Amino acid sequence: MTPTAVITGLGVIAPNGVGTEQFWSATLRAETGIRPLERFDPEPYPARLAGQVADEAFDPRAHLPGRLLPQTDRMTRMALAAADWALADAGVDPRDGDGFDRGVITASASGGYEFGQRELQNLWSKGPEHVSAYQSFAWFYAVNTGQISIRNGMRGPSGVVVGEQAGGLDALGQARRAIRGGTPLIVSGAVDSALNPWGWIAHLSTNRISTRECADEAYLPFSPRACGHVPGEGGAILVVEEAGAVRRRGGRCYGVVAGYAAGFDPVPGSGRPPALRRVVERALADAGVAPGEVDAVFADAAGSPDLDEREAEAIRAVFGPMGVPVCAPKALTGRLNSGGAPLDVVAALLSMRDGVLPPAGPVDRAREDYGIDLVTGGPRPHRVRTACVLARGTGGFTSALVLTAADDRVTGGAPAGDR
Amino acid sequence: MTALTLEALVRILRESAGEDEGVDLGGDIADTAFTDLGYDSLALLETLGRVQRDYGVTLDDDLLATAQTPRQFLDAVNEVIAAGV
Repeated sequence: MTPTAVITGLGVIAPNGVGTEQFWSATLRAETGIRPLERFDPEPYPARLAGQVADEAFDPRAHLPGRLLPQTDRMTRMALAAADWALADAGVDPRDGDGFDRGVITASASGGYEFGQRELQNLWSKGPEHVSAYQSFAWFYAVNTGQISIRNGMRGPSGVVVGEQAGGLDALGQARRAIRGGTPLIVSGAVDSALNPWGWIAHLSTNRISTRECADEAYLPFSPRACGHVPGEGGAILVVEEAGAVRRRGGRCYGVVAGYAAGFDPVPGSGRPPALRRVVERALADAGVAPGEVDAVFADAAGSPDLDEREAEAIRAVFGPMGVPVCAPKALTGRLNSGGAPLDVVAALLSMRDGVLPPAGPVDRAREDYGIDLVTGGPRPHRVRTACVLARGTGGFTSALVLTAADDRVTGGAPAGDR
Repeated sequence: MTALTLEALVRILRESAGEDEGVDLGGDIADTAFTDLGYDSLALLETLGRVQRDYGVTLDDDLLATAQTPRQFLDAVNEVIAAGV
């Protein structure tokens, strides 16, 4: 019997809420975390809004030991705190055992940009002897995984996946794979932050960043007024466990990682269709779920008309016109690089828990010709047993994850297994 | 050239590598192993870099292999400072 991977712990650090319940209640109230950039002077740049985790909501000194502060980028500090919260939420004591049965698999899209920029400036303006020894790892893609692993003594299968915005789903797919391979617990998800001048230039190079100045106007996925997106920082760390282990210790779970697939878009100009439709179909097939059984789709919600149109096409093709409610809560946070999709996974799981779908923030309606049932205006009561989360990254990364509610087969005495 | 004092070393350790909450760096630590003070080799490498910049001396990384305590570290560094290298 293939082991079943279930999600048992959530740790959220989002622009519109630090902590799972803070994020979720702000999201249901359609409170935005998008505001003018505060971490550097955005005046010389064409885009000046970002989804930012407020200093008053997250003080790293309150969450991390002093020894870790000089050696960590902002994204790593947020990831370490979120990992602590996720483990506590799962009721797991990281000090139990020798750690070889626990791994860490996160995603990263940028590494530690803020740390990296500071040290590169030191290198070029003052010389190599002024570069921090911690630069040796603090700006690496793998640093969040490494620091979470060290802090919690987790020595099992670990790694990092880099897939731009789609990477957060790929990490959960890899976590499921490790669990199927016999490791009972994986800390997964992703947190990213690149809100410094160097990171900002990288964001701007995509030519998809909104230059509107008003937070309620700048990022309007699927709207007739869509004009690009707003970058943001943060994400979610999740504890993924083998269902039997959870059952034995009497733990609860938020949902099952039932299906996953990833693909890559063809070369532009090839005339071949984008990967998304086939990726969604493969993820559903992997989960053994028919399109009609899916209760909600959490969209990638790129916010650029060409990408929105392609996503709407894929959703229509798989689920039928107006065939499934479509959620885009990231309209309230901005796009968080690899942190965005894990945060959508959290939103999907909480939708299952609470029977309510979150609104797409300031978007009042989707473009009519898209033919999608976008949840707007306010939270929509809706029973959710199966949800599909989509994510696409710059360059063609495309991933889909299917989550199902944990039923008696998972949490009760009956054998757990794939449906 | 000014010699490196324990007080200055503690300040540099705090600033460049942080401070373990379970350790009192203000106490009598001259002969306590760096590892017991919560500092690993990378923390000491970072500290060595700061000392080199602040004191204008060139120190060999190999110094860290032998200097296991603050006193040993100070002795090794001050030997170089006194030699005016």
